[in-house]
Amino acid sequence: MARKSRLHIPHPPARPGDRPDFGYVEISEAGEVDRPEVNSRVKHMESLAHDMVRVLDDQHAALGPWNPHLDTHELQIALRYLVLSRVFDERMLRMQRQGNISFYMQSTGEEAVSIGAAMALQPSDMLFPSYRNSGLHFARGRNPVDLMCQCLSNSKDMCKGRQMPIMYHWARGKIFSISGNLGTQFPQAVGWAMASAIKGEDAIAAAWLGEGSTAEADFHHALTFAAVYQAPVILNIVNNQWAISTFQGFAGGERRSFAARGPGYGIASIRLDGNDLLAVHAVTRWAAERARTGNGPTLIEHVTYRAAAHSTSDDPSRYRPKDEWRSWPLGDPIERLKRHMIVQGDWTEARHDKLVADVRELVDESWKEALTHGSMTEGPFLDKYELFEDVFKDIPTHLISQREQMLGFEED
Amino acid sequence: MARMNMIQALNSAMDLMLGRDPDVVIIGEDVGYFGGVFRCTEGLQRKYGEHRVIDAPIAEGGIIASTIGMGVHGLRPVAEIQFADYIYPGIDQIISELARLRYRTAGDFFAPVTIRAPCGGGIRGGQTHSQSPEGIFSHVCGLKVVMPSTPYDAKGLLISAIEDDDPVVFFEPKRIYNGPFDGDPDKPATAWSSHPKGEVPDGYYSVPIGRAEVVREGEDVTILCYGTMVHVAEATAARSEVDAEIIDVRSMVPLDVGTLTKSVEKTGRCVIIHEATRFSGFGAELAATVQEECFYYLEAPITRVCGWDTPYPHAFEWEYFPGQKRLAAALDQVMSA
Ligand SMILES: Cc1ncc(C[n+]2csc(CCOP(=O)(O)OP(=O)(O)O)c2C)c(N)n1
Repeated sequence: MARKSRLHIPHPPARPGDRPDFGYVEISEAGEVDRPEVNSRVKHMESLAHDMVRVLDDQHAALGPWNPHLDTHELQIALRYLVLSRVFDERMLRMQRQGNISFYMQSTGEEAVSIGAAMALQPSDMLFPSYRNSGLHFARGRNPVDLMCQCLSNSKDMCKGRQMPIMYHWARGKIFSISGNLGTQFPQAVGWAMASAIKGEDAIAAAWLGEGSTAEADFHHALTFAAVYQAPVILNIVNNQWAISTFQGFAGGERRSFAARGPGYGIASIRLDGNDLLAVHAVTRWAAERARTGNGPTLIEHVTYRAAAHSTSDDPSRYRPKDEWRSWPLGDPIERLKRHMIVQGDWTEARHDKLVADVRELVDESWKEALTHGSMTEGPFLDKYELFEDVFKDIPTHLISQREQMLGFEED
Repeated sequence: MARMNMIQALNSAMDLMLGRDPDVVIIGEDVGYFGGVFRCTEGLQRKYGEHRVIDAPIAEGGIIASTIGMGVHGLRPVAEIQFADYIYPGIDQIISELARLRYRTAGDFFAPVTIRAPCGGGIRGGQTHSQSPEGIFSHVCGLKVVMPSTPYDAKGLLISAIEDDDPVVFFEPKRIYNGPFDGDPDKPATAWSSHPKGEVPDGYYSVPIGRAEVVREGEDVTILCYGTMVHVAEATAARSEVDAEIIDVRSMVPLDVGTLTKSVEKTGRCVIIHEATRFSGFGAELAATVQEECFYYLEAPITRVCGWDTPYPHAFEWEYFPGQKRLAAALDQVMSA
């Protein structure tokens, strides 16, 4: 009984009641990190896996070789999508609390990861998101009504009621289906990119997963295949510090960055400030060019913070300090882009307030419209008949007879 | 005796075993500091330390594989898979390794691992939080597979599983964690406190693996069920004119063939109900066994009531869930045969 365990157990810097402590997050100065040529050899750019690419400094200026020099119009579009993503999340959270939808997951605090990347890619590029990338849909111009209808499992739900809320997909917009099983999309994106190479096409693939999910074998399959075939793919790790109740140390982030895994596989890897939309945009554009010019895959670690609960089933005050988000050293992505635009003279508080009001109205109107297509309790409903479709391309006889049985029960 | 829900009963089993045996360790995603997403391990890390109630990286393959190594080195690990739907990244380690280690080493190596996995639907979980994959594991030689339907059985069976030198896959029907559920989502939830098997001894006891239980005696037809469906069957039988005998199978592997056949020999009729999909589901094994053992006693074809052969849908959960209506129809059908 008198054993003394020698096992190392990672510990987060702060638990409920403790003072938040982000001293472990290594941060470079904005503008300080070099920008190599897109065809640089992996071994000549390994430091990028440890440093942190940042463009926006604390005075909200855009600095250094990674500045993507977005024009005013592009910045305003980016800001609008960021705000849309957040307002949409706030609204859907409320709808879940009121029982209108069964479940929801917010992207709060990490919106720039999706918006910055989607804006740096081509419409023909294929995106493989996790559940915390709804911004990809907004940045590709998706009507919020479509996403709401999915959350409602109503008659216009693109999944026909078969998936939980937020498990969207968009074939026409080239956004892949979200799986409940973590990490599966990562090696699939590599396969898509391999196909693009096999067919001699220019389109590349991009995938996202949380740092917690890097522990899954699928993450490692993705890196191996991407490296072996030099697949035109961008692999994004969204390090938002928490995977439900376990902090990033439990995925192996205690001693080295997540990006640092890439060079071991021979993959160009860049760690960046995920709350700096300009850094996300610039690095994504670099990686896309690298992939498109036949120079292989890039692994990107987006350092950010999951500001909201994991999901509507979660209560983060049980495992992390309540106000931890306020101490996050990389700030809020919306606030930072907004300040930058104000400092540049392209934006004002008044215009920002108007933007937020416009987006709120859009979201309100969208919700009203979504409800006209039904809700979980009010019609129009999906056709129950369809429960049995799409298991296979053509419905086999045993499912036809099960469908008849089910409809028989519905009648009496 | 105490009143416990199934979560508390499972917690009590692990608490007891951690206390009795220093080789018992718990490992899984969010099980330590947080106490598990369903709170089954709540308080155990505080009591036994983070070296015995261990948070794991999100890697089911890694969790299973490491428990095999621990088991080989003399520990008695209990792995929690957060949802049964997420057991698949660990399936090679379960099927090719854990299940066959004893056989391929002629008994020189074995790993006494218990894998706990919340299963089943009825919680609006969609296709990746609702599955009942017991039939996948019952098909693997070398695994014991159990599923309790009450807090009393949950604690007793989990203690047996942890003490067992063979690997046990322990499915927990999460819809009945907090109270029995008869299949009617519109009825107010009931608590375990009013159920006789919500009475659970505080101390040590065990429910043997490999024994079914007759939960209702009857003359007309035998209903074979387990997990949540035990409660669906009880509610159906209570309303029906058919005098059903209900057997909670509890243990899929090893299967208590004697209890099953004794009942069917008496009633001459058999209806099988499970939430898992029908095709190649565990019900097929039950039906084949009953047919082989009781053919000359049968007065009607054996009937199965199961989840439809589709992934578990989010929107049409209650059309999918094999509830009282479908079971009642099956009872009528076998009675009129
Ligand atoms: C294969 C698998 N295992 C476990 C889960 C349960 N689960 C859902 S989300 C989650 C945490 C994921 O954390 P991370 O990858 O860091 O992403 P984040 O939620 O922080 O964005 C877990 C354990 C799952 N969905 N799939």
